Amino acid sequence: MTRVQKLALLALCAVLLVWPAFGASDATVSVLADAGIFVVLALGLNVVVGFAGLLDLGYAAFFAIGAYTYGMLASPQFGLHLPFWVLLLVGGTLAALFGLLLGAPTLRLHGDYLAIVTLGFGEIVPQVFQNLTKWTGGPNGIGGLDFPSFFGGSFGLRALPYYYVTLAVIALTILGVRNLRASRLGRSWAAIREDELAARHMGIDTTRAKLSAFSIGASFSGVAGVIYAAKLSLVSPELFQFQVSVLIVSMLVLGGMGNIYGVIAGSLLLSLVNFVVLPQANGIASALHIHVDFGAYHFFLYGAILIGIMLFRPAGLFPDRRRKEELRPAAVVPEP
Amino acid sequence: MHAFLDQLANGIALGGIYALIALGYTMVYGIVELINFAHGDVYTLGSFFALAILSALGVSGELHGVALVVDITIAVVGAALLCGIVGVLIERLAYRRLRGAPRLAPLITAIGVSFVLENVMMIWKGPAPVSFPEVMPNPAFVLGPLTVSLKQLLVVGLALALMAALHTFVKTTALGRAMRATAQDRDAAQLMGIDINLTIALTFLIGSALAGAAGFVSGVYYGSTWFFNGFGAGLKAFTAAVLGGIGNIAGAMLGGFIIGIVEAFSTWLVGGQWSNVAVFAILIVVLVFKPSGLLGQAVTDKV
Repeated sequence: MTRVQKLALLALCAVLLVWPAFGASDATVSVLADAGIFVVLALGLNVVVGFAGLLDLGYAAFFAIGAYTYGMLASPQFGLHLPFWVLLLVGGTLAALFGLLLGAPTLRLHGDYLAIVTLGFGEIVPQVFQNLTKWTGGPNGIGGLDFPSFFGGSFGLRALPYYYVTLAVIALTILGVRNLRASRLGRSWAAIREDELAARHMGIDTTRAKLSAFSIGASFSGVAGVIYAAKLSLVSPELFQFQVSVLIVSMLVLGGMGNIYGVIAGSLLLSLVNFVVLPQANGIASALHIHVDFGAYHFFLYGAILIGIMLFRPAGLFPDRRRKEELRPAAVVPEP
Repeated sequence: MHAFLDQLANGIALGGIYALIALGYTMVYGIVELINFAHGDVYTLGSFFALAILSALGVSGELHGVALVVDITIAVVGAALLCGIVGVLIERLAYRRLRGAPRLAPLITAIGVSFVLENVMMIWKGPAPVSFPEVMPNPAFVLGPLTVSLKQLLVVGLALALMAALHTFVKTTALGRAMRATAQDRDAAQLMGIDINLTIALTFLIGSALAGAAGFVSGVYYGSTWFFNGFGAGLKAFTAAVLGGIGNIAGAMLGGFIIGIVEAFSTWLVGGQWSNVAVFAILIVVLVFKPSGLLGQAVTDKV
């Protein structure tokens, strides 16, 4: 990184730390916190899809598992009120365990067969949460979750403390995934992604590497789920439908799979589109003297944006350098 | 026993609809290796087109005799044709440019197309369920303990006829051979003088047309539809395609009927809210033991 880039990064961090506390409205901070949770989700899924090359279309299931961990263990539902900080770890661990559970039967599957099984898992989990009414509150979910507290001070309903927790988790996540990528495990993921057979012949334990990818990736989603549930003070099955998994995969592909900063950019871009631009499209349009009701066209615009970006940047906005090398067709060796 | 056979008949009818949708998934996947997420929405579009055609024909209630045959034929062919055109347009606009791109890029555009179609249908017919006219008279045929309604016969008969037609087309005609060749090795097929763009467009035309026909029969069978219907049905149909072995036409039919029967029986035995769980659990179990689906061929890694 050059000096200028370092300074810019520092300035950005300072703005992210200070501005929400002093200059931003609660609604804005809330949107920022939600966007931050999706950054964590995108970075976690990037471990599975971007690093190890295993297409997971049911990632929201782990998000749900984290959220329901908090919903069931820190609410009047069972009269249990475990502390938020402990549950962050519990949620992450439980999600990791379920990652193993999903990973184990899928080890023999390739490509899109794997994708459809993860998709099925992603459909089953929220449906089970919805059906086990006695424990999970059924379709209504569980409300009135505990507010987390920090040295005796309750978080309450304001978005700001959740925002800072999210920011801290993002920082730890970036640190974690950067180190993972460079680690022995991370390099074996790259080898598996490029050529599983060759990787196995080089002595890589592909079973272990793939299972670790699933469970490590899932753990980030579990942690994000705990924060999300605490912030909303509510869990319900419809928060974790297939569309959420699709949204996270889209963030990855749009930003540039494998590239950590590209993925962050992609996730912020889609959050901006989803939470800010589309809800306010009417306001923006009338400022430009266009009088159309964009509320009804929300998904049309969203779909069109996805198609447009992909047609013009098929490898994502900021493609990963290493993956780009892989995608380049091999040079033709001339016949002697 | 009566209830068992009723559920079996219901499951086979549901399976016929899923099988018709699954054929489109499996054909497209076989030829361009794309999970066409918009396919389920093309199917719903088929229901909407059929509805529009029926109301243009002035049909609002039960039909009999010649009118029944003629109107149903017009509605099926019309819905299939319109959906086929939509499918070709989708391929041209959203997928063709991405043929050499990373694998996930067309998947994202497919999701984008799906959102666009859903939104268009929501604006066209509104967000509430739309009811379908009861066109079929309702005599039931009693065969011993088994009772079959005319609707069920229509669904299964049409599904089987279309599948047989597709099978014959793919196996015996020159265009069918071109499709199989393109699916096997696109570059080699091109070197042999096959027009790849035409063949792929044809695949989308046929797959989407079958979804359109499925859209019509599902409207008749269920009596209503709504703009988001294709999402769940598409997911199950794709599951059916994978269950049978994706890329395999007979596998898609088999998978479709299995999914339909599982759905009918799980709804009957443990309640509708568990049917999705049952369908996907069976999918996972089957793939654990047969990783390439029931009729799919095990693909060895190319070294």
